[in-house]
Amino acid sequence: MTRLSKIEGVAAPLPIANLDTDQIIPKQFLRRIDKAGLADGILYDMRFDSNGDKRGDFVLNQPAYADSKILVAGQNFGCGSSREHAVWGLLEFGIKAVIAPSFGEIFYSNAMNNNLLLVALEENAVEAILRDVINPQYSQICIDIEAMTVRSHSQSASFSLSERHRRMFLEGLDMIGATLSMEDQIRAFAQAHWQHKPWLKDIAATTRKRLV
Amino acid sequence: MSTSTQTSKTLYEKLVETHTVARLDDQNVLLYADLHIMNEYTSPQAFAGLAQTGRKVLQPGQNLAVVDHIIPTHPTTIRVIQDADSALQASNLKRNCEMHGIPFYDANDRYQGVEHVIVPEHGMVRPGMVILCGDSHTTTYGALGALGFGIGTSEVEHVLATQTLVYRLARTMRIHVSGRLPFGTTSKDLILMIIRKISAQGARGYAVEFCGEAIHALSIEARFALCNMAVEAGARGALIAPDQMAFDYLTQRCPDLKGESLAQALNDWRHLRSDAGATFDAEYSFDAADVEPYVTWGTSPDQAIPITGCIPELSSIEDETERQTVDRALRYTRLSPGSALEGVPVQHIFIGSCTNARIEDLRAVAEVVKGRKVAKHVRAMIVPGSGEVRRQAEVEGLADIFLDAGFEWRQPGCSMCLAMNDDVLAPGIRCASTTNRNFEGRQGREAITHLMSPAMAAAAAVTGCITDVRNLGA
Repeated sequence: MTRLSKIEGVAAPLPIANLDTDQIIPKQFLRRIDKAGLADGILYDMRFDSNGDKRGDFVLNQPAYADSKILVAGQNFGCGSSREHAVWGLLEFGIKAVIAPSFGEIFYSNAMNNNLLLVALEENAVEAILRDVINPQYSQICIDIEAMTVRSHSQSASFSLSERHRRMFLEGLDMIGATLSMEDQIRAFAQAHWQHKPWLKDIAATTRKRLV
Repeated sequence: MSTSTQTSKTLYEKLVETHTVARLDDQNVLLYADLHIMNEYTSPQAFAGLAQTGRKVLQPGQNLAVVDHIIPTHPTTIRVIQDADSALQASNLKRNCEMHGIPFYDANDRYQGVEHVIVPEHGMVRPGMVILCGDSHTTTYGALGALGFGIGTSEVEHVLATQTLVYRLARTMRIHVSGRLPFGTTSKDLILMIIRKISAQGARGYAVEFCGEAIHALSIEARFALCNMAVEAGARGALIAPDQMAFDYLTQRCPDLKGESLAQALNDWRHLRSDAGATFDAEYSFDAADVEPYVTWGTSPDQAIPITGCIPELSSIEDETERQTVDRALRYTRLSPGSALEGVPVQHIFIGSCTNARIEDLRAVAEVVKGRKVAKHVRAMIVPGSGEVRRQAEVEGLADIFLDAGFEWRQPGCSMCLAMNDDVLAPGIRCASTTNRNFEGRQGREAITHLMSPAMAAAAAVTGCITDVRNLGA
């Protein structure tokens, strides 16, 4: 995993509440078995009209915001479907961080597992940053992950990140590898668990055998 | 999470505790998963990750996979996936399951269906389990006292390799519902009312326990619909303590449990409830008597009103952000502030999804449409939740009622709930839908979704407009 300590760049205002993952990446972009080409689908219906032409009025289509690295969004960003394609697509699109008052829970974990930084700030702090970045002249934002601070043209704010997530960004972490170092413990746990609850052992396999 | 040192515990805390392999830090535990369910579209990159690192599936027998999201639902006996990418997703899932010895339900399997319909149907959801799936509606399983929740694909890979999840603990919420649901209303109306009142992020970060007389009066299938949609309020899990109705449901569906083994299981399940003195981080209470048939008018599941009500007036909304949100939603759904939903014409009816495509849902639809016809200019489709549901509906004569009325009686799958297959609405089409999400573009670009109960969708089918099913008469 790439190690990150600072994210700096243009931030695009996207002040829409409950912007769900269906809108972040619509269904027609979920048909592949790899992660390639997902950037094409990011916010597709907002970026393109029904003829497939770019919508000039959409913020990410405006030259000043074309190279945005950060989104400043509304509450409950990424709610809805668990599709991790939303995170992969945003990263491929060039987005490295999203600032919002709150995030959908599954989206939050997905983002953290892929080093897409999510910064949750109080609603009025997000609104103040929005007032800056809505002006293309003041659209630069700097996020310091080590210090856990956000700086826009006129604002600065602190955010929190769990120690685990902060380490994931700063040091990178092979989560599966770390868990697999506890494999014996997991196996022992399962054996003890099944001793008390034998009806759970191989539940999927035994059911499949029954349903022939 | 309430890290209560007292001995009284919530059901959620008990389920987490009995599945904690190790405490990782103050916020995270390594949580063991009794069952992990996969579909064709959120698992491929997880299997690819395993292949890349040469890792194995730790406990294949605790996993299963089913083709449900991309599968066509045309009423043909043998199903062929025409779309090349979708066909590859299905064959890739089959290959991955064969390679790792994972139980698999293919497109033409007799038991194929929507993942959250087939898994409980065959007794694979049992009280006290932890169940994970790369699908947000995994909260469904709380109806039987199992902690289920959706995960992303990176986590799917982690679960495949380790049968565990690095799990951030949730806060606890209790929602008490007193009384009984009135005539003409269902658990779908109840959950739409709750989401409307607490908002689409009202339960964000919480594992919700539903309790009270109204909850325990619900059938198990009605409880599935309730827990299924808790995620639309942002919940990280939904639980109902298992009761006699749950035990009866399970006894019928778990043929491996009989005599002593059944007694042992029942004895374990009877202890699965929150202790009397347990404290929750948040509490709500509602009166079931306040429930009416609810219908959504906007593009978020919390934008719902009782069928007798009106869409909000913009001038009545003080908060500017909220006013913009409502305005944006109404421009999308092409409705006016202050107007009623009753009488709004629809062009499409969709009865299906992991929320409302079980046999009781189909019976409710049949009761409304029996002896009636689908209105002119309306296309109405029923996509049963599983092969079992489809066969049962045929045995009971429901399928004939649907076909006589002019419904399409289709093969099982997720279908138009998220429109990943070829069941996609055209722009501007307005749909009465028994699904769970009315997001912009969910059922098709510029298509308009109105969430409602199966009976309400059936009423809309026969009148051609959004209708209060209570006024339809016999």
